[in-house]
Amino acid sequence: MADTRIKDAEPPALLKLQVNEPHAVAGHAVEGKAPAAIREFLNKRGSGAAGDGAFGALVLACALSILGIVVLILFVLIQQSKLSLHAFGLKFFITSAWDPVMGDFGALPFIYGTLVTSFLALCIAVPLALCVAIFIMEICPKPLRGPVAFLTELLAAIPSVVYGLWAVFVLVPIMRDHLGPFLVKFFGWTGLFSGTNFGEGLLTASIILSIMILPVISSITREVMGAVPVSQKEGVLALGATRWEMIRIAVLRNARVGIVGGVILGLGRALGETMAVTMVIGNHPDIAKSLFAPGYTLASVIANEFTEATGDLYLSALIEIGLALFLVTVVVNTIARLLVWFVTRNSAREAR
Amino acid sequence: MSTNSQLRPNRANVLRRSASNHLVTAISVLGTLLVLVPLIAILVYLVYKGASSLNVAFFTHTPKPVGESGGGMANSIVGSSIILLLASLIGIPVGILGGVYLAEYGAGKTLGAGIRFVADVLNGVPSIVMGIAGYALIVVHQRHFSALAAGVTLAIMMVPTVTRTTEEMLMTVPHAIREAAYGLGVPRWRMILSISLRTAAPGIITGCMLAFARVAGETAPLLFTAFGSSFWPHNLNEPMAALPLQIFVYAMSPYDEWHRLAWAGSLVLITLIMVSVGLVRYVTSRGRLKGGH
Repeated sequence: MADTRIKDAEPPALLKLQVNEPHAVAGHAVEGKAPAAIREFLNKRGSGAAGDGAFGALVLACALSILGIVVLILFVLIQQSKLSLHAFGLKFFITSAWDPVMGDFGALPFIYGTLVTSFLALCIAVPLALCVAIFIMEICPKPLRGPVAFLTELLAAIPSVVYGLWAVFVLVPIMRDHLGPFLVKFFGWTGLFSGTNFGEGLLTASIILSIMILPVISSITREVMGAVPVSQKEGVLALGATRWEMIRIAVLRNARVGIVGGVILGLGRALGETMAVTMVIGNHPDIAKSLFAPGYTLASVIANEFTEATGDLYLSALIEIGLALFLVTVVVNTIARLLVWFVTRNSAREAR
Repeated sequence: MSTNSQLRPNRANVLRRSASNHLVTAISVLGTLLVLVPLIAILVYLVYKGASSLNVAFFTHTPKPVGESGGGMANSIVGSSIILLLASLIGIPVGILGGVYLAEYGAGKTLGAGIRFVADVLNGVPSIVMGIAGYALIVVHQRHFSALAAGVTLAIMMVPTVTRTTEEMLMTVPHAIREAAYGLGVPRWRMILSISLRTAAPGIITGCMLAFARVAGETAPLLFTAFGSSFWPHNLNEPMAALPLQIFVYAMSPYDEWHRLAWAGSLVLITLIMVSVGLVRYVTSRGRLKGGH
């Protein structure tokens, strides 16, 4: 609809109209030379087609560059990891050897570390993000709403390396001296908190990750909660529901697909988060059951070992890890975007 | 009679429902407070640690070797500025023009929808993968680390953000203004440059600042492109120091003096980012007042 309206007003169509006009205007020649002058001016001026063509090509090239970038990244990553792809094949992702000296590489410990930290981070962040979103959208008094939303957005503006710095000097000591012993005392029986607690490890990395992905999840959740039609909420309230019942029945049920999309988007962020995790996870390629044990993630092994990788195979193995990370995050983000798009599209249609 | 008793509220039920309502409200308030605690803790601790370590030398000196006290991060600040300037010079024009395509030419087309989707997905690619891509694209061919590679990598990361915000802002420009311009016989490219882009300018500037703030704190893409250095930057074709990189190196070192510098560097970095985000809010609020739609 909008598109055709622009097209109707396009200069070429406009010009044609003006040029055809004189047949009609010629009838009352009493008016004098004005139409002829306009006509002459328009003919002399040219249609601007050359400029339009050049500009159109320029913006198209810039837009296509985005597609180009993605294809180019995929191409160079495959090209640079060819050595490792040939040497190990799919076995690369299910073996746990990581021996640069012997030239034997397997990514399993890193996949394990990434999955565990991302999963734990989601477990911590999702309920809190829901609390924040519900608070801001439904409970918060109006004057407080803006500042609280701004503060949670501020969490997203803090760079990863600053989170890492804070985690190294504040969170790690807290884990070592307070939270760790507490967990051992009450949840030691699960076996998840065995071994020596250095403060660094999978659990600390998960906590800092959860703080970092929280703003992503809560802002998407807020967006989809805002897309729920007010009439639905009013309808439920009119039936005598309490506020919580209204949130549960009208808001959360309508927004659930979008919330899942937000959670998956947070997962995508968690899978690829590098600096803060690298600084507190302990960096040791082990598959340990204890959450206190040091670990390694796909992103942090690249960050830590890339510049000191000696030998083509070593470097190629690291780039293959990068390729895997690229593909996984592309898939995860695609799913998330589709879910969010699905929800907001429906609400946009209803609003119209 | 029987309907009357059915309508009469069941007292226990009402109490239960009211209790669960209050419980959920309390949980949600507590959860929000729990989220704000680390934020405030980080900011307060950062200001406390950073401000006590900031001095003039921090802004004027290059790093000193281990064991000597003093020294600063002047070269990192200059290096970061150069890399960010380069990234903005490449990323912002490409991003804005891409956004113009999506909003003015690609609306309703399959290609437009595809590019929009790919831009969103590219936005979610981890920065460390971008770092490897920058390494494989440029560093491998140059055979040495360079600030140029870092600038291009950050530019690539800026493009999708700038494109999407530009598109969204252009979509808010009313069609009547465009048609008025066409009615005056203005060619399409002139209309876009002097009507669409100018009307949407505050929003587009916001998008650019947000993209800038996002890449300003990025460390992972710089690890294998700019690499870092302890000297003043000389030219784009050599390894260059950058603030986030230097913070990372100092934070992971065992020396107290370097930890002190890492805190000071973080404070400077956060201030830079907060100032750009704050400017964004100022510009947008002004723009909304002026635009009035």
